[in-house]
Amino acid sequence: MIRPDAPLLLEIRDLHARVEDQPILKGVNLTLRAGEIHAVMGRNGSGKSTLSKVLAGHPAYTVTAGSVTYRGADLLELDPEQRARIGLFLGFQYPVEIPGVSNLEFLRVATNARRAERGEEELDTFAFEDLVRERLKVVQMDPAFLERSVNEGFSGGEKKRNEILQMALLEPLVAILDETDSGLDIDALRIVAEGVSQLAGPDNATLLITHYQRLLDLITPDYVHVMAAGRILRTGGKELALELERTGYDWVDQELANLEATSEREPVEVA
Amino acid sequence: MPAVALPATADWLAALAGEPLPGRRQEDWRFTDLAPLQAVAPQLWAGPDPFAHVVLPAGVTRLDGAEIQALADPILHATGSATAWPVRLNQGASPHGLALRVSGAAGPLQLQLDAGDGPGLLALQLLLVLEEGASFELLVRHASRGANATSLVTLVQLGRGARLNLGVLAAGDARASLLSHLAISQAPASELQLTTAVGGWGLSRLEPRVCQLEGAAQTRLRALQLVDGQELADTHSQVSFGGPEGELDQLHKVVADGAGRSVFNGAVRVPRQAQQTNAAQLSRSLLLSERARVDTKPELEIVADDVKCAHGATVSRLQQNELFYLQSRGIAADQASKLLLRGYCEEVLRELPAAAAACHPLQLLLPERP
Ligand SMILES: Nc1ncnc2c1ncn2[C@@H]1O[C@H](COP(=O)(O)OP(=O)(O)OP(=O)(O)O)[C@@H](O)[C@H]1O
Ligand SMILES: [Mg+2]
Repeated sequence: MIRPDAPLLLEIRDLHARVEDQPILKGVNLTLRAGEIHAVMGRNGSGKSTLSKVLAGHPAYTVTAGSVTYRGADLLELDPEQRARIGLFLGFQYPVEIPGVSNLEFLRVATNARRAERGEEELDTFAFEDLVRERLKVVQMDPAFLERSVNEGFSGGEKKRNEILQMALLEPLVAILDETDSGLDIDALRIVAEGVSQLAGPDNATLLITHYQRLLDLITPDYVHVMAAGRILRTGGKELALELERTGYDWVDQELANLEATSEREPVEVA
Repeated sequence: MPAVALPATADWLAALAGEPLPGRRQEDWRFTDLAPLQAVAPQLWAGPDPFAHVVLPAGVTRLDGAEIQALADPILHATGSATAWPVRLNQGASPHGLALRVSGAAGPLQLQLDAGDGPGLLALQLLLVLEEGASFELLVRHASRGANATSLVTLVQLGRGARLNLGVLAAGDARASLLSHLAISQAPASELQLTTAVGGWGLSRLEPRVCQLEGAAQTRLRALQLVDGQELADTHSQVSFGGPEGELDQLHKVVADGAGRSVFNGAVRVPRQAQQTNAAQLSRSLLLSERARVDTKPELEIVADDVKCAHGATVSRLQQNELFYLQSRGIAADQASKLLLRGYCEEVLRELPAAAAACHPLQLLLPERP
């Protein structure tokens, strides 16, 4: 839902980042207001996951220029854990398996870290079990997954559901979901999409990274962005995704070439 | 740091064993500095016999003196243990003994072998005979709070189809030593699970030796050893297959912190007659400090040609992607490291016999550090 007067949650300005010596993000601009759902699409390797990890504070990436403001504060100053506690959530494209750490304990520690930040009291094991059982319904997940190690031996789809379960527990203000739809069967896709829609509200914003229209059929985005070579090349409404479905990404090369040509003549100014 | 070695102790130990202390020139002891052992007072531990008041569960009876030697010798022979220095030392030190016969589905047993703060060498010998089809769960707990040494020799005979779940949980003291030699013979169709968890000892040396007499048995070994400070933990395991279709699944895990040193040598012997053996050995070490040292070496002797033998060894630090995943959920870096470390240990600890849960093995082995 687009409301021009809705509070700004996340403002990314001319963000550049590299991994080791390789520049990957080359001037990303993106603004998320409360209530909005954004989709980011783009070819493999265009920098979508890198953007999500830079926002979450992954130590492998170095920001070389630009700024990210989260509810008025400098996000890039904060440790990853601090970013999560104040309401930024990243649903991983490849959720990590952590053998030996119980999923239930992990979820409880994470939930309590977020609660403490919000001034809410810590939940003991019993109170937490009640909460988690209720939130399991959002993703229709079997409680047996709580007893296992974090993501260990989970199928691809089960890992993605576990990500959305975490989102349901942490109640983020900005949720970035990196290809949460890939690897899901038809029923699971519907369940996850319903879960995400249920969690999206007027006070938070969602950034869906996806390759497929089928997710956007279930969750209608307010904006669709196309990422290419480390920047956002084009922004449109939901019809942009439908157009991509028909035309593919061939036009991207032409547009990138134009961009390169301009940037050789004058300093980059990407709106 | 151990005190300056008393020459008297080395001589005394050599006299007990009838052989000088192993030195660095012996391949099996190359990395193993026995200084903590030599810092022990040259006397036998004077406390009460820890086996004196053991209450045996249903299905378990004591063997009588005459049977013991006749049963022990073939086990020692099968595993080549008779000449091992820790075994010779143990035998020379008039060990306290417990010899048990297990039949049917016996109840679980726990043995507390606590050297406390008493000085000297505590020598113990344990003999277990599981009859055909018997099943048994035994947890052996070692502890120490002082400058002493515990020597345990465990001899086990598993009859056809017998099942043993044996756990060793040993949380020691930086001044103490633990020498544990386990000689286990397995008849066909028997199943052995041996889980060892050792940490906090100035010196620990574990020597599990398993012989599948005619193959066709299952051996599952799980081990965790932790070192910190100046500690040294050494495991020399050996599994041999005397016939075809035997199975081995071995996981050895290490946590090395401080200036600790960990040694793992995993021998697997698959002679010609042991066709269709399926053996897997994995050694994983977690290095938490720049000064810690880990030496790990598989030692596969495979002569049979139709076998599956997999082995692998990894040495790593805490995984950055795992840490980041936890941090991205609001968990602070130090708490995330702790969770990962606990998870890493838990993979082995959860396989200890059920009785171990009540003694909180994680807290015993990973006490909160200041
Ligand atoms: N840690 C890293 N080390 C080296 N290269 C990296 C690293 N992270 C990202 N890259 C490179 O940066 C580029 C962008 O990768 P990224 O994962 O952001 O792409 P993506 O748009 O998410 O692709 P996909 O659609 O396949 O998920 C790729 O060329 C990738 O190889
Ligand atoms: Mg990606």
